[in-house]
Amino acid sequence: MDNHDAQHIRDATRKYIYVFVALLLGTIITVLASYVPWGNRTVNIGVALFIASIKAFLVAGYFMHLISEKKMIYGILAATGFFFAGLMALILWSNADHVSNIFN
Amino acid sequence: MEIPYTVEPRPDTGLYNAKVGIWLFLASEVMLFGALFSSYIMLRVGSLSWPHGLLNVPIGTVNTVVLITSSITVVLAWASLKLHNFSRFKLYQGCTILLAMTFVMIKSYEYHDKFTHYYVRMVDGTEHTGHVEGSPMNLSLAKLTNPKHPVTSITFHADAPAAEHGATAHAAHGEAMVIETSKISKLESFGPWHSTYLAIYFTLTGLHALHVIGGALVMAFFWGPGSKMWKSEPERFTNRVEVSGLFWHFVDLVWIFLFPVLYLL
Repeated sequence: MDNHDAQHIRDATRKYIYVFVALLLGTIITVLASYVPWGNRTVNIGVALFIASIKAFLVAGYFMHLISEKKMIYGILAATGFFFAGLMALILWSNADHVSNIFN
Repeated sequence: MEIPYTVEPRPDTGLYNAKVGIWLFLASEVMLFGALFSSYIMLRVGSLSWPHGLLNVPIGTVNTVVLITSSITVVLAWASLKLHNFSRFKLYQGCTILLAMTFVMIKSYEYHDKFTHYYVRMVDGTEHTGHVEGSPMNLSLAKLTNPKHPVTSITFHADAPAAEHGATAHAAHGEAMVIETSKISKLESFGPWHSTYLAIYFTLTGLHALHVIGGALVMAFFWGPGSKMWKSEPERFTNRVEVSGLFWHFVDLVWIFLFPVLYLL
């Protein structure tokens, strides 16, 4: 390993520490936000999931190095995202129960 | 026969094979947990009421911090190998294993708490929740009325009416009351059979805990006997540690969503 590579790893390590601190802060904010009476539980759910998504982005992006990965990995993730979105869409579709609504 | 592309990248993918493999595996894991999360949504949307405050938030928060901390130690272990610092790798990898064990122990404590917390319905229709003296696990009316060892009464410490179950609930327990077995129509612990919420809670957290245990075993192997490879094939060993780390981060990622969904919302 040359000096350039070693320096690159040291710089990355500094980023990992920042991400770690951000994740801890995110956890505290998530807990505190859950006690805030927003007036509607849907808002509480939205806020908590929004913060969780930011934390997930930090873990996936920096700890799992997704912000600088090869195309192949992005391809696998895109396919996963497609099927995951389809799974959730089917759940929402089922819950909306359009078929029953047509006949009612 | 030599396994190809364990170190050097494959020309068409630009990656060593194990990395492609772990990402394909993680893709299947996303669908596995996705199916359970979608089940959670269906169950929650379809239920008339959804319990809140059944889990201990401070304990859940501590476990979240434990898992997040293990996520940084695992990436620092890999970075140490990249910098050819093997002793530092051993330190961080050891910390990760200890943190994983801490997570599982805390989870076990939470499970134990649920299996020793009871719902009682009396013959006259009144209901109580609380703890049976002696903290027996998973007691049932069938066990109390077993002809071989019949129990005529239990001493019950009911939860205070307004208290949520958790650290405060234990302190808020009212005075002990003796309940005759003949006056009980239903007795069950807060296990997965108690409610839809607890069924999905135990399913999701149980599957997640199995992933934590599996990941910890693999990392323990790389910390112990598997680390011999560092002397013969350091780059291949570093790649192995990276792959196990990717799995570990995924486990952390799942918990990031499980914690608010099950404990806070």
